[in-house]
Amino acid sequence: MPDIQLEVNGRNYDIKDIAADTPLLWVIRDHVGLVGTKYGCGGGYCGACTVHLDGNPVRSCSVLATSAVGKKVTTIEGVAVDDNVLHPLQEAWIEHDVPQCGYCQAGQIMSAAALLSKNTNPTDSDIDAAMSGNLCRCATYIRIRRAIRTAAAKISGNTMGTGGSV
Amino acid sequence: MNQTTAQDIINEMENISAGVLDLRVVDRRTFLKLTGITGTGLVLGYTIRDAASPVYAAADNQFTANEFVRVATDGKIYLYSKNPEVGQGIKTAVPMVIAEELDADWADVIVEQAPINEELYGRQSAGGSRSLTTAWDQVRKAGASARAMLISAAAKEWGVPASECRTEASSVFHDASNRRAGYASLAMKAAEEPVPDLDSLPLKKRSEYKLLGKRITGVDNRKIVTGQPLFGIDAVVPGMRYASYLKCPAAGGSVRSANLDEIKALPGVEDAFVIEGNNEPTELMPGIAIIANSTWAAISAKDKLKVDWDETHATRASWSDAQKNAKDAASKGQGEMLHDIGNVDEKFAEAEKSFEAYYEYPFLSHAPLEPQNTTAWVHDGKAEIWSPTQRPAQGAASVAGILGIDEKDVEVHQLRVGGGFGRRLMNDYMCEAAAISERAGVPVKLQWTREDDMAHDFYRVGGFHALKGAIDKEGKLSAWQDHFITFMGPNKKPVSGGDMRASEFPVDFFPNTRVTQTMLPLRVPTGPWRSPRSCGIAFAVQSFISELALEAGRDHVEFLLEMLGEPRWLEEGNIDAMNTGRAARVIKLAAEKAGWGKSMEKGRGLGLAFHFSHAGHFAEVADISVDDNKKLTINKITVAGDVGPIINLSGAENQCQGAVIDALSTTLGLQVSIENGRIQETNFHQYPILRMDKAPDVAVHFIESDARPTGLGEPALPPAAPAICNAIYAASGIRVRELPLTRHGFSV
Repeated sequence: MPDIQLEVNGRNYDIKDIAADTPLLWVIRDHVGLVGTKYGCGGGYCGACTVHLDGNPVRSCSVLATSAVGKKVTTIEGVAVDDNVLHPLQEAWIEHDVPQCGYCQAGQIMSAAALLSKNTNPTDSDIDAAMSGNLCRCATYIRIRRAIRTAAAKISGNTMGTGGSV
Repeated sequence: MNQTTAQDIINEMENISAGVLDLRVVDRRTFLKLTGITGTGLVLGYTIRDAASPVYAAADNQFTANEFVRVATDGKIYLYSKNPEVGQGIKTAVPMVIAEELDADWADVIVEQAPINEELYGRQSAGGSRSLTTAWDQVRKAGASARAMLISAAAKEWGVPASECRTEASSVFHDASNRRAGYASLAMKAAEEPVPDLDSLPLKKRSEYKLLGKRITGVDNRKIVTGQPLFGIDAVVPGMRYASYLKCPAAGGSVRSANLDEIKALPGVEDAFVIEGNNEPTELMPGIAIIANSTWAAISAKDKLKVDWDETHATRASWSDAQKNAKDAASKGQGEMLHDIGNVDEKFAEAEKSFEAYYEYPFLSHAPLEPQNTTAWVHDGKAEIWSPTQRPAQGAASVAGILGIDEKDVEVHQLRVGGGFGRRLMNDYMCEAAAISERAGVPVKLQWTREDDMAHDFYRVGGFHALKGAIDKEGKLSAWQDHFITFMGPNKKPVSGGDMRASEFPVDFFPNTRVTQTMLPLRVPTGPWRSPRSCGIAFAVQSFISELALEAGRDHVEFLLEMLGEPRWLEEGNIDAMNTGRAARVIKLAAEKAGWGKSMEKGRGLGLAFHFSHAGHFAEVADISVDDNKKLTINKITVAGDVGPIINLSGAENQCQGAVIDALSTTLGLQVSIENGRIQETNFHQYPILRMDKAPDVAVHFIESDARPTGLGEPALPPAAPAICNAIYAASGIRVRELPLTRHGFSV
């Protein structure tokens, strides 16, 4: 039952006495107390638990908490610029009214944020490749794609041709 | 066990519960003291205050017009959403209706979830696409009543007749004297005005709407995209422990023995015990509860349970046996008569052509993305519940029954629901959490795993239809026969979701129709699944109508329109009934928008289907290409719907797109298989819900009318499966009569 220190969204957390096989997901939710990262399947199939480890998207249900030690963990609570300025993806999600139930959307945004951090002008197949690990049971895919395009255009300074609003 | 006493927790919760329906940050020291959890940051606590208080609390800075509207002197307008939000958008749509009649500026509006109090609010469930339509008059009057009181206050202040005042954007205007007063400034005066007679209040006409019909982003969207606590699974109650619950994989089994001592010795595990339950699948089935100090400790210990199940009374159902028995039943006879009008046998005897086909659809799981969970605290003869549920009041009644306490001593807080689809009309997980908390004597958060959810759903029941149609010399449908083979519960009636109304489409349209039924016994729990009954029946019936049109050498659209006949309500005076004029209009619109009749390249085709369900008239056209390897390309799906006036265009369109893609997902590749009473699929790798790379373009068109608006969670779904299968036929000549498509070698 190790004690570990985790860096989540730029803050250090001392986590005491966890089982060595505890997935990162449950440490984030139960111990760190950030509940935006969601549990959906526990097997890496649905993507609801997606977080960034050193900037790369991972399914936190399938990564041991101990393996995140010494790495930077970013969760949905940590992607906004600050309390007042959201990430362009978060803004686009609101603008296009993407969510239905909303449960998968934090994971969707985390996958999309990892994509846009490396590629601000993704093609449809780039978007498909980055997003196909994330299920949306309500099937809001059409709007997710539209919101990613809007955010990508904003980030790359090209606001032409993003199409539609909400 | 944790040394915190129940009284400590009560004291702490009372201290924390100072806010109204809000999310509070509990200081770390207090939280740690209560839970023993360690960490260096703040821990979010999620508590909700006494149910009755937000609405009738006397505040000196607010005008509480009624149970739906509060106007604060700081300019904020609080509107209460009474129904559970499960993704259908009700938490945005219904407050929009209130705001319209109130003439509130939407930017001033803060929407809060109402407490559960059906005496005050009426129906507070989410099911059957009924939330909007049942609340429509009630909430319009609530908005209009508050508006009338604000006008009265302004008129009095200005010494002018109320009839000379108008309202707009959270203000009252008297144009003749060029005066304007904001609602905030009138709030306290309005509070002294009498509540007007609700039945004589003027309500707006559709042409006067300023807000309704616009695109409004969901009221919780900011919290959703920033990961704020919102859903059932996010509930944190000070002092709570974490629980898992294992039930027999075959419904009806009970615990003979288990390795409880080994489990109790595992790190983090605090207790493990058997719950006998009441053998009601919708309430409390027998199982083993594990109490632990974290979710992971609870759910990983569950995997180490070794249980000897007593399966004497458990189901041994098998889907392959059911398929065989259904086919036998279809070949042996007609079954029990549900409906027999005219002279069906005679019409078949004199038909120019008769045609029959056998259709089959499988069991499905709801698979909402948020696995079932509930946080419960049972103490001193009372229960407090935080749960993602579609029927909170019914849940309270069930919990009261389980605990043997009064219903008024059960308080259910409705949290946002991570997907419903009908699954959370049942409150089994809520009853389990309550029973576990009662036994453990502490607040517990019960967390199901995905595997628990797949194994213990109330499945969409599979079904079989032996259909027969007669076509006369003029190429018209002259007789119709449907032998429906379904499943029978222990009460000898069709299982939930497996019943068929005697008047099911299209029997009302012909003088010679017969519907018969055979029931196969079943003890696997079933229940309503998005557009129950219609989600299966539409596939069989609307595919078969297309087959008959082709057999008759007729155009499907023309054949359908002829069938519908003159515009009329099928049940005069019932606006929830089908109207053939509305049906014809959506069929024509879908056909027009999709380019029905245009020539297409080889291997590509259009398929259309209409279905009426949940008071919604919907027609859809699928445009699909099929290659030689049966790989499908869904070029586009066009939707035309009539649900009266559209409240939130953004939400309405989203619901239709989601329903159609949900239908494509299930039609294509979803099935729950049952062998020896056990569900074979365990997680999403075996239940492949459609992903983004396969999601097609879905174009949505609404016909708006002055009819009372009805819900959109369900009715766009049923026409999609038959439209897709009709398009596959048009493109490839292959007729699919059994779902899912992947069983027949199709892929996307």
